[in-house]
Amino acid sequence: MSETLVAPDVLSRVLNESMGRGAHFAEVFVEDRSSQSASLDQRRVQELSSSRSRGAGVRVVVGETTGFAHTADLSEAGLLSAARAAAAVAREGGGGVARVSLERERAHRSGAEVPPSSVPKAAKIEMLTRADEIARSSADAISQVQVGLSDSVRRFVVANSEGVLTSNEQVRTRFAVACVAVGDGGMQTGYRPLAATRGYEFLTPEAIDEAARGAAQQALTKLTARPAPSGDLPVVLAGGSGGILFHEACGHGLEADAILKQASVYAGKVGERVASELVTLVDDGTMVGEWGYLAVDDEGRPGARNVLIENGVLTDYMWDYLRARQQGRASSGNGRRQSYQHLPMVRMTNTYLLAGDADADEIVAQTPLGVYVAQLGGGQVNTTTGDFVFGTTAAFMIENGRITAPLRDCNLIGNGPEILRRVDAVATDFSTTPGTCGKDGQQVAVGCGQATMRLSGITIGGTAS
Amino acid sequence: MSELLEQARRLLERVADGEEMEVYLSRGAENEVQAYQGEIESLASSSSAEIGIRILVDGPQGARVGTAYAGSLDEEAIAEALANARDNARFATEDEFMAFARPDGVAAMAMDLVDAGVTTTPLGDKIALAIELEKMVRSGDPRIRQVESANYSDYLAEAAIATTTGIAAAHERSGAFLSVTAIASQGDEDQTGWGLSVGRAPGELSVEEAAADAIGRATRMLGAVKAPSTKGVAVFGPRTAATLWSIIGGALSGDAVVRGRSFFAGRLGESVASELVTLIDDPTDMRHYGASPYDAEGLASRRNELIVAGRLQQFVYDTVSARRAGAVSTGSAVRGGVSGSPSAGCRALQVLPGELDQDEILRRVGEGIYVESMTGVHSGVNPISGDFSVGITGLMVRDGVLAEPVREVTIASTLQRMLLDVLYVGADQEWLPGLAAGQTIAIDGVALSGS
Repeated sequence: MSETLVAPDVLSRVLNESMGRGAHFAEVFVEDRSSQSASLDQRRVQELSSSRSRGAGVRVVVGETTGFAHTADLSEAGLLSAARAAAAVAREGGGGVARVSLERERAHRSGAEVPPSSVPKAAKIEMLTRADEIARSSADAISQVQVGLSDSVRRFVVANSEGVLTSNEQVRTRFAVACVAVGDGGMQTGYRPLAATRGYEFLTPEAIDEAARGAAQQALTKLTARPAPSGDLPVVLAGGSGGILFHEACGHGLEADAILKQASVYAGKVGERVASELVTLVDDGTMVGEWGYLAVDDEGRPGARNVLIENGVLTDYMWDYLRARQQGRASSGNGRRQSYQHLPMVRMTNTYLLAGDADADEIVAQTPLGVYVAQLGGGQVNTTTGDFVFGTTAAFMIENGRITAPLRDCNLIGNGPEILRRVDAVATDFSTTPGTCGKDGQQVAVGCGQATMRLSGITIGGTAS
Repeated sequence: MSELLEQARRLLERVADGEEMEVYLSRGAENEVQAYQGEIESLASSSSAEIGIRILVDGPQGARVGTAYAGSLDEEAIAEALANARDNARFATEDEFMAFARPDGVAAMAMDLVDAGVTTTPLGDKIALAIELEKMVRSGDPRIRQVESANYSDYLAEAAIATTTGIAAAHERSGAFLSVTAIASQGDEDQTGWGLSVGRAPGELSVEEAAADAIGRATRMLGAVKAPSTKGVAVFGPRTAATLWSIIGGALSGDAVVRGRSFFAGRLGESVASELVTLIDDPTDMRHYGASPYDAEGLASRRNELIVAGRLQQFVYDTVSARRAGAVSTGSAVRGGVSGSPSAGCRALQVLPGELDQDEILRRVGEGIYVESMTGVHSGVNPISGDFSVGITGLMVRDGVLAEPVREVTIASTLQRMLLDVLYVGADQEWLPGLAAGQTIAIDGVALSGS
């Protein structure tokens, strides 16, 4: 892999070509991504897969209009051709001569201690088989184990007509164990992911064993699960995966693209109380190693810690370059894209609720009847109405202040603004969980987090009456 | 023979002794226009080419496969991918069922899935469609406060698969789409509605249809209230029914079944659904957006009858899952793009239409809920246990007609029960983009959770 993806003087000439017809902004994003994945299923190592993807996306902005083209041809001719295609939207423009002078390159290394390329394939296979054996040894009822591993090294250079020239290297590694347990009540599933914006250093044998045992235990516990109740009940969310709720229920509505189109319940509400005073919500790209960590975003802007809601009061939204420019302010470091083939947009990084001062066990003890969600699954939100849905993958009844019977998987449904007001206890046991966020067809890695907390009421979509 | 297939076959010459090789090439061009406030918000025009290579090596206990992908077709990228695939094959576990597809004597149907209009229509006309769509939605109803997005997009794509085991398949397709999200307001309340129009070229699209769809869906949800918790009949329109059939289709994958990951496992020949349900997977039906002459391993597409009058008739298989199950491929290999490996899956589902229109079904149902949209389908449905719990918006059905809109409601049941509890299947079949076509259906015994 060559050290420089594209030489700075070539990037300058491509930007000049892009700006040549009177554009207001131009950007070249050059990316080179290598990844490898392996999976084990039914005790067999399935295919190992390698993938390499290289190319550039050129974006040209004229007024409120964006032109975009991408190419896998990184020669100067290929890049210039993409620049002309992207600049086609500027054909009505003035045609003045632009001269872009790029700043000295700011380079960001990944800091991965054990880069994926340094780990032999045989060692990666060893991790898969280890997790398989540990999970299977948990109980005879574990009938199936699937283990997956993937790593990626993503290098990119972004240069724009404002002189920005930044290069970055992101290394992400992910490991996940899924188990199926069989019992009298049918089949149940358990799942544990491990993921970090790091090399293989965090995938220790201990971490792998714990994930394997955790996935197996989750499936086993659910074998005796009974149908979840239906209707409105208090819900205690265990620390970590509950952060998905805040990602869905309010994070998406705080993205400036939805705000500027008046397509969010939170538009025009900065300075207003929008949540219980126990709620301080932060989006933080600077959490080194977290799944949503980024040294710089995909527009060359350094990752930042942004407080969105402070003690219940809405303080700010999340911004990318384009949306910030429309408002005459700076990006908040939230411009992200799935790959060079996609336009950047406002995306979250690591979104979490700050810990409170209650005791996690006390919160459960003070809940006479409710549902304890040990692990949340995925979710979905309509940012315009704030209505959201998310699934549970490990949930229990709370009866008389004690966690009792496991519940079958079900969905919880609610409305973002309403739920934020119903946060009535937040504990100290903060933790995070990795996730994948999809928006307009683009997938990016995000982190979520919170401490154990309680919502005074939420609609549970079970089948028990 | 297509130029792309020629190229794939030339690459097969690089196979080494003792190996089998599969080359999957694809290339395409696409345009996307987003309109906002009468202007182009963004315009993207792009082309791409990709290659996926799989290398198979036989051993005493079976075959091992390694795969690799590259996002360009230059020589350096291809050489790197081939070397990686070859190296990766060393690390897989030998599997007696692992194999590449071989020609099975079924001839592929000739299908013309390209409409030249997708390339001959000037870009300016495509832009005009998106701008017109936005304008029509904005001015279509006084309650429409905003058009969040109004998009035109199209593609022309070509794929070729060749293997050293004798597979040589190539096909082309085009598509064009209009989609729009409208926001309707009444007092403090907002509701959204999504509309679309689909065709193989811009000339087949209807701005009016997409606009009316979005406006209707957004405005009729205004005034939505919470519903009481109850148990009863849920009526699904064509779009939401199509989502249900896609989920059911996932559980009919021979791969899921043979691995014991489907609630249909071991139930072949049994009655699993109401007699009203005949579910077929037929990619040779040109009306279906999933139509294609070949599957993702290059075998000819064929019509597969999965559930006939409620009886579970067969599963769908690709080459490997068929070998594992002691069956033969049903031409049902699917893969997640060029970088993915084949697995078994449904490709173009449809339920044979009944005789009733939606109004008549509502009249016969009398009391229940009409499901307008579902959310949380990926998190709330478990194809192994069959547990089903999703969030919906919809309208109550009272006295046989649609009544007040409701929101923040979940519906729950199990997929097993839902299939048996189908009360009516409509005649109003709609051909939708995605895995399944849909028509109105009514399902009993669904638990509704509201306030």
